Amino acid sequence: MDLSTTWLGLELPHPLIVGASPIVDDFDLVRRAEDAGAAAIVMHSLFEEQIELENITHDAIGAHGNSFAEAATFLPKPHEFVLGPDAYLEQIRKLKKAVAIPVIASLNGATNAGWLHYAKLIEDAGADALELNVYTVGHDPEKTSMDIEQGVVDMVRRVVRETSLPVAVKLSPQWTSLTHFARELEAAGARGLVLFNRFYQPDIDPEHLDVAMRLHLSDSTELPLRLRWLALLSGRLSLSLAASGGVHTGLDAVKTVMAGAHAVQLVSSLLAHGPEHLAVVREQLTKWLEDHEYQSLRQAQGSMNLSRCPRPEMYERGNYIKILQGYTRMML
Amino acid sequence: MSEKTIQIIDGNEAAAIVAYRASEVLAIYPITPSSAMGEFADEWAAEGRRNLYGTVPIVQEMQSEAGAAGAVHGALQAGALAASFTASQGLLLYIPNMFKIAGELTPFVLHVSARTVATHALSIFGDHSDVMACRTTGFAMLASSSPQEAHDLAAVAHAATLRARVPFLHFFDGFRTSHEIARVQCLTNEELLSCLDAECVAAHRGRALTPDKPVLRGTAQNPDTFFQAREAANGYYQKCPSIVESEMVKFGKLTGRNYKLFDYHGAPDADRVIVIMGSGAETARATADWLNARGARVGVVTVHLYRPFSIAHFTNILPNTTKRISVLDRTKEPGAIGEPLYLDIVAALAEAGIAARIEVRGGRYGLSSKEFTPAMVRSIYNDLAEKNPRNHFTVGIVDDVTHLSLPAADAPDVFDNKVFQSLFYGLGSDGTVGANKNTIKIIGEQTSLHVQGYFVYDSKKSGAITVSHLRFGPEPLRAPYLIQEADFVGCHQFEFTDRFDVLELAKPGAVFLLNTPYDAARIFDDLPLEMQQSIVDKRLKFWVIDAVKVARDTGMGARINTIMQTCFFAISGVLPRAEAILKIKQSIEKTYGKKGAEVVKRNQEAIDRTLDYLFEVNVPTRATTSRRRPPLVSPNAPDFVQRVTAVMLAGKGDLLPVSAFPPDGTWPVGTAKWEKRNIASEIPVWDSSICIQCNKCAMVCPHAAIRVKAYDSECLAGAPEGFKSVLYRGNEFPEANYTVQVAPEDCTGCQACVVICPAKDKANPRHKALDMAPQRPLRDAERERFDFFLQIPEAPRENIKLDIKGAQFLEPLFEFSGACGGCGETPYIKLLTQLFGDRLLIANATGCSSIYGGNLPTTPYTTNRDGRGPAWSNSLFEDNAEFGLGMRLALESRYADATNLLKQLAPRVGDDLARALLEADQTNESGVAAQRERVLALRGSLRAIHTNEARRLEGAADHFVKKTVWLVGGDGWAYDIGFGGLDHVLASPWNVNILVLDTGVYSNTGGQQSKATPLGAAAKFATAGKSISKKDLGLIAMSYGHVYVAQVAYGAKDIQTVKAFQEADAHAGPSIIIAYSHCIAHGYDLMYGTDQQRLAVECGIWPLYRVDPSRGATGEPAMQIDMGGTPKRSVKEYTMNETRFRMVEKTDPKRFENLQMEAQRDALRRTEIYRQLAELRVQQIKAGSGTTS
Repeated sequence: MDLSTTWLGLELPHPLIVGASPIVDDFDLVRRAEDAGAAAIVMHSLFEEQIELENITHDAIGAHGNSFAEAATFLPKPHEFVLGPDAYLEQIRKLKKAVAIPVIASLNGATNAGWLHYAKLIEDAGADALELNVYTVGHDPEKTSMDIEQGVVDMVRRVVRETSLPVAVKLSPQWTSLTHFARELEAAGARGLVLFNRFYQPDIDPEHLDVAMRLHLSDSTELPLRLRWLALLSGRLSLSLAASGGVHTGLDAVKTVMAGAHAVQLVSSLLAHGPEHLAVVREQLTKWLEDHEYQSLRQAQGSMNLSRCPRPEMYERGNYIKILQGYTRMML
Repeated sequence: MSEKTIQIIDGNEAAAIVAYRASEVLAIYPITPSSAMGEFADEWAAEGRRNLYGTVPIVQEMQSEAGAAGAVHGALQAGALAASFTASQGLLLYIPNMFKIAGELTPFVLHVSARTVATHALSIFGDHSDVMACRTTGFAMLASSSPQEAHDLAAVAHAATLRARVPFLHFFDGFRTSHEIARVQCLTNEELLSCLDAECVAAHRGRALTPDKPVLRGTAQNPDTFFQAREAANGYYQKCPSIVESEMVKFGKLTGRNYKLFDYHGAPDADRVIVIMGSGAETARATADWLNARGARVGVVTVHLYRPFSIAHFTNILPNTTKRISVLDRTKEPGAIGEPLYLDIVAALAEAGIAARIEVRGGRYGLSSKEFTPAMVRSIYNDLAEKNPRNHFTVGIVDDVTHLSLPAADAPDVFDNKVFQSLFYGLGSDGTVGANKNTIKIIGEQTSLHVQGYFVYDSKKSGAITVSHLRFGPEPLRAPYLIQEADFVGCHQFEFTDRFDVLELAKPGAVFLLNTPYDAARIFDDLPLEMQQSIVDKRLKFWVIDAVKVARDTGMGARINTIMQTCFFAISGVLPRAEAILKIKQSIEKTYGKKGAEVVKRNQEAIDRTLDYLFEVNVPTRATTSRRRPPLVSPNAPDFVQRVTAVMLAGKGDLLPVSAFPPDGTWPVGTAKWEKRNIASEIPVWDSSICIQCNKCAMVCPHAAIRVKAYDSECLAGAPEGFKSVLYRGNEFPEANYTVQVAPEDCTGCQACVVICPAKDKANPRHKALDMAPQRPLRDAERERFDFFLQIPEAPRENIKLDIKGAQFLEPLFEFSGACGGCGETPYIKLLTQLFGDRLLIANATGCSSIYGGNLPTTPYTTNRDGRGPAWSNSLFEDNAEFGLGMRLALESRYADATNLLKQLAPRVGDDLARALLEADQTNESGVAAQRERVLALRGSLRAIHTNEARRLEGAADHFVKKTVWLVGGDGWAYDIGFGGLDHVLASPWNVNILVLDTGVYSNTGGQQSKATPLGAAAKFATAGKSISKKDLGLIAMSYGHVYVAQVAYGAKDIQTVKAFQEADAHAGPSIIIAYSHCIAHGYDLMYGTDQQRLAVECGIWPLYRVDPSRGATGEPAMQIDMGGTPKRSVKEYTMNETRFRMVEKTDPKRFENLQMEAQRDALRRTEIYRQLAELRVQQIKAGSGTTS
């Protein structure tokens, strides 16, 4: 079965790639993922906050230096010591040496600030593409939705200017007019969209009157949201699309491809079952396509998007009516 | 090793780069100011740099200098080329082995940054008292006067020792040379190798102990042979001077830098000559040149080879015209006819037969880095020209007691305006010194100018003020003294304008740069009159910058260093502006390039933005204000504080005459409260409506700057406006009022109190009972409130329930120390003074706790209203356990004396009173109070008894009140250098309490590893991460069985800490408390120190326990685990928050993971041992029966 696909201009043997996750921190896991046939890997994100934090650490270490007659410093000065962002760049270099598959770096931030120039450094370090993970929470009452969208568009434009790497934008699902916004991003130079970011959901610790952070792994119930938006965007834009979140089985992958995805990112299922699970999903995908006598993956790609599916209204309000009605029937 | 020949380095590095390359084994131990030499060696070894012989030298930290001495002795005997570094007390610990190494004619070089030996006080600064104590060891002694000489003569020492077989002590002045940054022409490997005779190296190896060709050394000899055998080495000493001379000649041919055993400089027909050693020689030479240019005939003999002293070389170099010599010693030898160099010169002239034609005078200068300036040199020459020059004089001080000091002469301008001199006043935290070091590097490396940098720090570890002295000039800068006239003055903190006379040393027409939030149009009016007057009178060119704003805008935080550096280059004219800016940018790239591109980028942006915010001030023709600089201490301060402390605080301590000082080093307590430092930009503000009155804020405050009181409401009469008070919630003080009060001018702003505060506003949990707010608007009102708060009577001690909450109602008698903001040690010391302060003696090992405890100008230990408080002393680093034990022995002896006398006098003072005094129960505060009453009654009775015994008993009566002796120090003391003594004290029956403030590193000297360093942490001398488990000091102490042992961490369980302190005090024998102390050397913001303490306990690396032998005696397990016995989280959760651990991850992730796994295993192993011990019941033997129960 020909599973080949094109994601961000990268020719991939199949659409299954390792999404941004801690897997890339461990070379053994990375090699296992490559052995399992991963088409590409996305590095975990270099966070804007991390860059900030490393600067703060740098300041904190220096803050006590040259202050006291008996000691100019209070920590050793190892020759090789480098702070976070540079360690990240080093990790790209090492990954590129360690594996033959494309390495996609990831930058995660929310402001149009200095951190964006890391795009160039990431390119210099040898990454094959860049995923810009835009994480904005619209908490500022002074900002209109247009302000926020424009901010992201500017960010993309700036990153695209900084680097010649193909840039994908990973979005959250919470945009008022995602289709229009996607077009703006495309115009700004984005070559692909990743749908969707999964927020780290804050929780409340009532005992200590504090906010706790929790991360839950995804499951297949999160897929439909991706399917809908893939289907709505597919065919209407020339940029490539990827799904992230909710793909756990070969059948999930089939649906995702049919909705229009050029690439399918796996994270939670690999964290739960190990990198070898990617081979299982690939096998299931192949088998399904073979069983259903498809000639290639491309044949199925976008077959169920808005413009080609038999009942396009179902991706719009119709879908909403159907589910509600179905639910009501169940209640009865 | 770097082959770069021009390096901008200090004297320590200049010497170390020779020693490292010439050696195979370096045994080291940290001590100021020599620590950096060992640290350089350790860093280079960690990087894998090779020595001249192609191997990476083994750098081994030892447990003390005595240990280092033993290790190098052994290495030498087994054929290695070895060297070491030390100073001061450390050098004294080398002495026994120095006799051995010399006695066995072993080539070896000990590099010493000469430092004051502690006498009436410790001093970290420079003089020759340490090296002079080594004169009898048989070491050759070679003195350097500058960083360049420290490099060159280090090479000569290594070369000469190989040929002479006499070991060398190569020394240079601590701080003045060891820490002066200069342009140093360094030897290439080839050059250095050519200095070291390969045959001599081979011969040294040939003498190595080896079972293949065994010999025996270290025999014991008897009266029949020892003497002759000792004389057998004479020939080596006789040849040594000529060997050194020939090595110097060889060195001169190689490098063009020529040295002699004694260098003469000055008029060939001089009649007056100064003989001097060390950096002072540079000053003397420059001054002699200046005087000779004005018609004088004076000269200077610089002594390089002090031992073996060559009379011939000395007399040969003296001009025949010499009539008078002044010999200057940078040391004091009380009781001697004169100081050592003076006596040597007198003897040399006598032996040479020329004593009759040359008069010799001796004088002391420069003790403890006291300034030695051209004006002082001039006064010495002036005095030598007098009819009867003074002998045994001092210079640089005013001696109004024994009148030995020479009068000051006018300062000559020895630079003749050819040198650019700049002064910078900054805070340690603002990066001023770092920026200036960078400036020196830029100019020194990239221009032909010579550079000199020297940095002066105040004695505080938080909010320290730094003064940078930078000189640039076309010729080598022979000026090892502080700047006396500045072409440029930079004041990097606006607050200083109201505190110091920063313009005192500005030359007329100099440039003055001020960092200020005020704009150029109004800034002049905001300055105090004194400063305005200086600016007008001296016609200064006045520039301002709002560096804080630029730093904030460019993401630089509090670091204004790059911004101020840019300003300096922009307006000083040292280099063309555009060229200078480019060079800073290049240097930023070089300095931070490896650390992180973001850091580089921010600095570059800051540079670009700076010039937009730099403005010249239009200075009016006259002063515009009548506002004067406020006094540094309150007029209410006691006389001593006004006369002495305030002068020191103003940075004018040099002006204090001898009569101002107690001759035995005794110093008044409780003076820290008069120094209002105002270093916090934000302070905590108390919301009484939310507060749950837990008192944890007061507990964790490292500086006793936030306090609590419970008091009667009538005490509120006269309270200033805004003084907060609520009803107290506890039962022990019914209907009392309660206040939490901050000392606004003493708080360091560390936020430890805010982080620990558990009381959140239920409707708005972001708001706590303590929130930080800007200090400036609160300062005046809170000052008044704090003053009022102090007037409120303390709660009666006997009514206080001694849990954690109650303990904070006890008055702290340790306050406002100079410890770091967020210090993890001082809360324990403060608690100690709260619990036992009025009957407490502290023996304090040298280290952080002795520095913030006793580093002048101010003293943090204080007294209560009765005038009682901790009696504190510091002896040495290594002997503290013994020192404290001695205190206990004295108390026991005095108590025995008092008891005997009381028994004798019982019939006359009353048998009941006598019995009550002798049998008093003093196990609680009421008992102690009652005993104090009895002592008062006893004194009353004794007044009527007119016998010697009664007088003696009056003197001893206070000993009836129980005293508690605490031996306080860090882990460097307890685990390493003082462990032998500590162990011995534990093995005694005496009632002493040991408090180990365990930071896991030598904090005071800069974070070197100790045996307490946790597995996996990076520390100096363990850069790659420590792979050996932390020593279990508690377990060792437990092994005796009679010792009370506790491991505590107040951030995890403060009540356990309080209990342990009380139980230790109550325990009749020795006790030891090992206290987790977070530290800046751990590499995180210490406001989270208590969080880290909790994590350390919960992950099992620091279980809290108490081992009470009295419990064991009842058949119960002596040990009880209070927290952390079963780890609740992984060690990694703790380590990931601290740079000392994460540094290992950044450099070697695999090693990091392995070490973390080991640390986890180790935590489980320890907690398992403790668990089993906590279940251990030992059968008890019934007294007399021989049976067990």
